[in-house]
Amino acid sequence: MNIMTWSSLNAGVATPEIFLLCATCAILLIDVFLSDAKRHISYVLTLATLVATGCLLVAGYSLQPLLAFNGMFVADPLASLSKLGMVVGVILMLVYGRGYAVARGLFRGELFTLTLCALLGMMVMASAVNFVVLYVGLELLSLSLYALVALQRDSSRSTEAAMKYFILGALASGLLLYGMSMIYGATQSLDVFVISQKIANDEANRLLAVFGIVFIVTGLGFKLGAVPFHMWAPDVYDGAPTLISQLIGSAPKVAAFAFIMRILAQALEGFAFDWRSMLMVLAVLSLVIGNLTAIAQVNIKRMFAYSTISHMGFLLLGIMAATPGGYAAAFFYAMTYMLTAAAGFGIIMLLSREGFEADQIADFRGLNKRSPWFAAMMLIVMFSMAGIPVFVGFFAKLAIIQALVGLGLVWLAVIAVLMSVIGAFYYLRIVKVMYFEDPTDAAPIAAGTDAKLVLSVNCLLLLVLGMMPDRLLTALTTALQFSLHTGL
Amino acid sequence: MTGNLLSLTIWVPIVAGLVVLATGGDRNANAARWLAVLGALAGLLVSVPLYTGFDSLHGGLQFVESTPWITMFNINYALGVDGLSMLFVILNSFTTLMVVIAGWQVIQSRVAQYMAAFLIMSGLINGAFAATDAILFYVFFEAMLIPMYLIIGVWGGPNRIYASVKFFLYTLLGSLLTLVAFVYLYMQAGGSFVIADFQRLPLGMGAQVMLLIAFFFAFAVKVPMWPVHTWLPDAHVEAPTGGSMVLAAITLKLGAYGFLRFALPIAPDAAREYAWVFIIFSLIAVVYIGLVALVQTDMKKLVAYSSISHMGFVTLGFFMFAGGTQLNPYAVEGAIVQMVSHGFVSAAMFFCIGVMYDRVHSRKIADYGGVANKMPIFAAFMMLFAMANSGLPGTSGFVGEFMVILGAVQVNFWYAFAAATTLIFGAGYTLWMYKRVIFGDVANVHVAELKDVNKREFLVLAILAIAVLGMGLYPKPFTEVMHQSVNDLIWHVSQSKLQ
Repeated sequence: MNIMTWSSLNAGVATPEIFLLCATCAILLIDVFLSDAKRHISYVLTLATLVATGCLLVAGYSLQPLLAFNGMFVADPLASLSKLGMVVGVILMLVYGRGYAVARGLFRGELFTLTLCALLGMMVMASAVNFVVLYVGLELLSLSLYALVALQRDSSRSTEAAMKYFILGALASGLLLYGMSMIYGATQSLDVFVISQKIANDEANRLLAVFGIVFIVTGLGFKLGAVPFHMWAPDVYDGAPTLISQLIGSAPKVAAFAFIMRILAQALEGFAFDWRSMLMVLAVLSLVIGNLTAIAQVNIKRMFAYSTISHMGFLLLGIMAATPGGYAAAFFYAMTYMLTAAAGFGIIMLLSREGFEADQIADFRGLNKRSPWFAAMMLIVMFSMAGIPVFVGFFAKLAIIQALVGLGLVWLAVIAVLMSVIGAFYYLRIVKVMYFEDPTDAAPIAAGTDAKLVLSVNCLLLLVLGMMPDRLLTALTTALQFSLHTGL
Repeated sequence: MTGNLLSLTIWVPIVAGLVVLATGGDRNANAARWLAVLGALAGLLVSVPLYTGFDSLHGGLQFVESTPWITMFNINYALGVDGLSMLFVILNSFTTLMVVIAGWQVIQSRVAQYMAAFLIMSGLINGAFAATDAILFYVFFEAMLIPMYLIIGVWGGPNRIYASVKFFLYTLLGSLLTLVAFVYLYMQAGGSFVIADFQRLPLGMGAQVMLLIAFFFAFAVKVPMWPVHTWLPDAHVEAPTGGSMVLAAITLKLGAYGFLRFALPIAPDAAREYAWVFIIFSLIAVVYIGLVALVQTDMKKLVAYSSISHMGFVTLGFFMFAGGTQLNPYAVEGAIVQMVSHGFVSAAMFFCIGVMYDRVHSRKIADYGGVANKMPIFAAFMMLFAMANSGLPGTSGFVGEFMVILGAVQVNFWYAFAAATTLIFGAGYTLWMYKRVIFGDVANVHVAELKDVNKREFLVLAILAIAVLGMGLYPKPFTEVMHQSVNDLIWHVSQSKLQ
């Protein structure tokens, strides 16, 4: 029945991905012929590729879902907007990380091509509506990330982190694939829309499907770093070069959100009752363990890792609600968290210099005296993560709480806010260290003007989005409406 | 112009704060100071028309503004003041000006940041008093923690870090529970965050009790009521003088205001049913904390405990249900008058202690003695404020306490009896401290070297003295504007919301 013809391929829908792939190959080839002194040409080309991909995404934006590749690939607003978010995340990583990478000898061709491959994987994850394609996207992302974590070849910590990440990631992929195979067994299909149709018509083997969901949720839990599948996250965040930690901590969260939407909200919506309770357990555990463990950290990258775990708990709470409001809240949370985390890691990188990582909390001592501007930016990031108004993190949390209370889950909302208070403690500690203590390090902060400028825009965006969250919220909600409910 | 008056009271100080911040490092300290004083003055000037243009025969909201803010959740940028909130906007703008002048020479490091923090906080506090949308209120209520946290932590005393973190987390915990309560009410009200809609909403007893508990956490912590008061002595003692002034004069009032605006009108039946809990907590604050104040050896701590004790009067006044149904108008009005008066008196007391601390660098009562010999003008002013703090007739401190006691007598004699002990304890701890610090022989070399107040300090003291005396001798301008709103509130609270 699936006869391939050029017209049924409808490849134009995937123009951004196709362009990105071609550009990646081109950069790979060009980079081979560049001497180290001219490496910045690859950097500029990479940035240009990213900007062009972003433009293509904007140009191809359509509210109506467009199918391609015989129904395996869809370009709908959910995909387009999350891809846009990922592109922004990767641009931020490269701009903040340039100085960092140069100082550590990481400013090499592999960095650019692997990053672009990771982005391509993320984009496929967001657009795939077939379990195999979803899996291929995920693996493209994961394999690129494993390699990127080990980019600092001679650092034993990085290698160890990469190894841990690889083994646990492979395990998670296996679980996910096993779950997908069970879903295939239960519904005789790998197509997201067909699966959802079969479940709706009560043609799916429920017992088998629920087993499949258990494996899928476990696999997703690993990838997201939700408790109790979070063990890899702190070691990887800590061991990887900071710019890779930033890459792992920002854009892939958006991709993971889209990925979960495709699998749970689109394909397995009919079994929402079953996966909701699983997500609830993961979410509550992530909030509790993530926040409590973060308090004990002295390394800011590890602290960010645990704080990411707790934020993923919040995100899962939104998805767990399984209502349009809940999904929209989670989407908003993922997008704004990506911006916040990117800025947070960016500041760590900009404060570091050759032979100095700035990854201890103590390294932020007296930052307000060394550079009031950087301190103010970090303050915005911290308060936004803590969910204090008027920063955007507050509205992200408010939207989630609203979704929960709307379902009558007031107790869950209370747990979430209590955990936010605990979270506020360790974010406040960073502010305390920056503002209330005296600097122990008098070295000037040598950050490039480009990075500083982008960082300022990034942080001010957290404030502006906090004061005017309406447009982004509306756009994301509309996107989800059109993606999930006008369907095929 | 009048259409945006409330927005101006919010944004003028905030913009001024950002301008001050832009002056940068301490090289431009004087520019920062002058800009800050101009900003604070402008903030006060734009808030004065709120009083002159206020229609005191009208109990509802005035100077109303409303613009859709977040349409997804139906959140509006909605402002308005009534007789319950209007005075506090002006009091806040006034206190900010005092604080900016008070910090003129005392603050020598990071002047721009200090001044900017106070100006921004002033705008945020005005916003909290003026907001008529629950989320907007919450945003302002919570956002002002940030500048206060920095003020205590950066310019505070030796134990400032502990105090600032405790202050922040304590208040955050309470307010986040209120956020959940707001969202719950939003769902019940069919998708509206307008506070007036919350107030009209019929609610079962179970829901009302839960809401009352949530509001208790947010607002009782802020007031602070016994037993959640423990952050206050730490925060007050460690905060710089200006921080203590704003904390005592304004932010505590915001907690009490929360009871008036949210707890009582939204959960009236639960409030009636459990008024005894609040009354007991308030009386414990008045009596027990009054006794605690008596044994303090640190002047700032003494005034901090006296603040808790005085605020106990305020919450006592709010929960005086005569015959178990209707709030007593004297008690409620007296409590609001007490809030305003305490705003002047506590700011003045903290400023007096700040004046001495700047010279001797000690807050211990034992390090002083005979200050009157060296600082006669200062001693005279402090005498007035000490008298006002103990509730002497003729000062503002008397009016509110007297009205609350009057109301309490009509409800239950023993409430009034217990509350009236504050007139004895208050006089006891304040005047005893005054005697030990100001009178007697010159105690040591530090006191011997004291110089009397300079012009700047004199200005602050004189303005505050005029306010304290004026309000004590002729309180009518303060009570008449709130009269109608208080009556409306009492009527509203007397209606059952149970179905």
